Amino acid sequence: MHPIIKLVAQRLALGLLLLLGASALIFGLTEALPGDAAQAVLGQSATPEALANLREEMGLNRPALTRYFEWLGGILQGDLGQSLTNKLDIAESIGNRLGNTLFLACAAAVVSVPLAIFLGLLAVRFRNRWPDKLISAITLTSVSIPEFLIGYVVIYFVSVKLGWFSSLAMVNDSMSFGQKLYAIALPAFVLTLVVLAQMMRMTRAAILNLMQSAYIETAELKGLSTFQVIARHAFPNAISPIVNVVMLNLAYLVVGVVVVEVVFVYPGMGQYLVDSVTKRDVPVVLACGVVFAAVYIGLNMVADIVSILANPRLRHPK
Amino acid sequence: MSEPLLKVRDLKIGATVYPPGEKPHDIEIVHGVDFDLERGKVLGLIGESGAGKSTIGLASMAYGRGGVKITGGEVWVNGRDILKTSHGDIRKLRGGEVTYVSQSAAASFNPAKKIMDQVVEAAVEQRKFSRKVAEGRARELFAKLGLPDPDNIGDRYPHQVSGGQLQRCMTALALCPEPDLVVFDEPTTALDVTTQIDVLMAIKEAIADTGVAALYITHDLAVVAQVSDDIMVLKMGNTVEYGHTDQIINNPQEDYTKALVSVRSIEHEEKQPTPDPVLQVDGITARYKGLNFDVLHNVNVELHPGQTLAVVGESGSGKSTLARVITGLLPPRDGEITFAGRKLSPDLKGRTREDLRELQMIYQMADVAMNPRQTVGTIIGRPLEFYFNMRGAEKRKRVIELLDEIELGEKFIDRYPAELSGGQKQRVCIARSLAAKPKMIICDEVTSALDPLVADGILKLLLDLQKIENVAYLFITHDLATVRAISDSIAVMYQGRVARYGSKSQVLSPPFDDYTDLLLSSVPEMHLGWLEEVVAHRKMESAGN
Repeated sequence: MHPIIKLVAQRLALGLLLLLGASALIFGLTEALPGDAAQAVLGQSATPEALANLREEMGLNRPALTRYFEWLGGILQGDLGQSLTNKLDIAESIGNRLGNTLFLACAAAVVSVPLAIFLGLLAVRFRNRWPDKLISAITLTSVSIPEFLIGYVVIYFVSVKLGWFSSLAMVNDSMSFGQKLYAIALPAFVLTLVVLAQMMRMTRAAILNLMQSAYIETAELKGLSTFQVIARHAFPNAISPIVNVVMLNLAYLVVGVVVVEVVFVYPGMGQYLVDSVTKRDVPVVLACGVVFAAVYIGLNMVADIVSILANPRLRHPK
Repeated sequence: MSEPLLKVRDLKIGATVYPPGEKPHDIEIVHGVDFDLERGKVLGLIGESGAGKSTIGLASMAYGRGGVKITGGEVWVNGRDILKTSHGDIRKLRGGEVTYVSQSAAASFNPAKKIMDQVVEAAVEQRKFSRKVAEGRARELFAKLGLPDPDNIGDRYPHQVSGGQLQRCMTALALCPEPDLVVFDEPTTALDVTTQIDVLMAIKEAIADTGVAALYITHDLAVVAQVSDDIMVLKMGNTVEYGHTDQIINNPQEDYTKALVSVRSIEHEEKQPTPDPVLQVDGITARYKGLNFDVLHNVNVELHPGQTLAVVGESGSGKSTLARVITGLLPPRDGEITFAGRKLSPDLKGRTREDLRELQMIYQMADVAMNPRQTVGTIIGRPLEFYFNMRGAEKRKRVIELLDEIELGEKFIDRYPAELSGGQKQRVCIARSLAAKPKMIICDEVTSALDPLVADGILKLLLDLQKIENVAYLFITHDLATVRAISDSIAVMYQGRVARYGSKSQVLSPPFDDYTDLLLSSVPEMHLGWLEEVVAHRKMESAGN
């Protein structure tokens, strides 16, 4: 068998194993929290008898392990359970909101990834000169300011003072694609600022590291221009570290979007999670946790696989 | 006479240095060098490290490596001074009129791109050849340079061909744009001798066929004598001697050139074996974890007290693996090692402190074998503390004795490794191993990274110390001249087996086995026409078979 297929299969298997571990961890942690779903439904003033009855009814008396495997079995069949508060099917609610979150994340990624890599290349081209310093200063400032602060500052100036965009990023199915894009412009902008710096710095560092290599000298001695040297000879060898940091940031766009969604009241996964936590809606929290874990592990697995594919020694064995 | 292709006048080159504990400052490393190179001729630049030969070679492309800057003088290529021309013109010159072949093709090829893409790149960019024409020319060059499967080798990635093949690909890369001048920077230094001879011949024929001029940079006078018309001897950025190859080799005028020509003047009389060897290697077979083949096959050798066994072979022959087995770093699959009359535990954990003390090791890279944050006194004093529990004044006294033995002296005791030259560093490593009062020292390519004259000094020191301390050396090397200089017995290794073993006089006298013959005849000799003689001889032999 080609060694690449073997390596990729290994990564896939490892990813699934990791996801299983994550689900156990999420279940175990919610289990360890004080109070349970019955307590949450009936509130603080419930009598012990009523609690016991409800626990019996909800099956909470059975051992945790049994309930874990039931829950896991449900997930494998696409059944994430029912919300405690509004009795709606969780899978359906999540499907809708995950779609919104991915839409926002994709919009931010489409802008930020090419921009970050381009700025990184530019910073290398003008290393230690003013364009490099300016790029570093701006991106490092934007990553250093908490995103909720950037969010409110942007709302204050762009929505309140200038009135160009709405401060609420509401989307629904009746809106056209263009309207949706317009609605999420501000949160996407804030997210871009948050993830730009890390990707740009990593691109810069990875390529600068390669610029010391003998084959870069060879390229320079062929009379290529600095940008040709960087783009043709350094970049293909920097793909692996860059893809890793890009995937890490894409995962952050999905998983870490909570704060930005709350600031802009965007109907995505983050809002949903925060709502459910305040309402102590344990099944929803569990479901959100598993979805986030799956996204995170999935994207990092993609990064691993791309790194493997980018290595000519593995792609073309002797 | 017409205008020479390359005319260098009063070339001065500077660099910024960062000495430890001092402010960075600029120094001059080439102090005004003049030479001319006619079209189609080869000029050899020769000197030890720090002579400025690579720096001068790169200056002919107006290129400075790292912080190196050309500070003065003129470099005329094709009738214009490239130090005064525009940035765009320099870019056209590089990769077009002047091309470069580096010492390590393995590092100079981009691992992520196919060989062909890299070979034709400059021809397409600078000479505006169409891709198809450039590829056709590259295939012709691959064939001319003796590469296997010249039509398809360009489709491979650099890691898919051997080091010697890659060095030829690098030569093809340099010749593909039809340059006027090629700078060869130690193109065969990193190769095994038996590979070097083929690459050398390929380069020489390619130069003759294409009529290109070349600057041939090397530290090996015997090599440069084979390929160049003129030779310039450099030392510390100054010209020592400049003349026709014949005159430099056969009638050198300057003392420094004479020393280079007559290097390896060490005389060492072979000692007879004793009844009690200090080391007996018995039927050692070994392999690395995860490999499904043996790297060593049934190796048997002996080393006698106060004598030197040279283990000689090319890369991949298993000579360093043998050292790892003897030191216990790699437990063998089969066989045993007897040292000073006792059986050694196969792995390091089972060895006693006495075993460790009596069997010391010196490495090729003295640089990385020392802690850069410790002084020479601390480095040499450590084994004295560890094995003999010496402290304070007693330890200091012994360290000074050792420093005197290695001809450095007390003034070196507080220096850091960064303040020492390459040869001095290796001397400190020798003192450190002697501090343990060993019965035997394994020397793993200890002179390979050093310049010939410095290496000679180290070999003389090792021989002197052997007489005083009666220590035995297991001397691992690929260099046959070193072997001749210091060994009492020799083991020639080839593909994990001992191909030939015996006293020095036995091993180096005919009749030879095929491999030893090939190895011995591949060592460049310091006379003109040697390369052609060897190649002609080999062709005749293979025709005879």
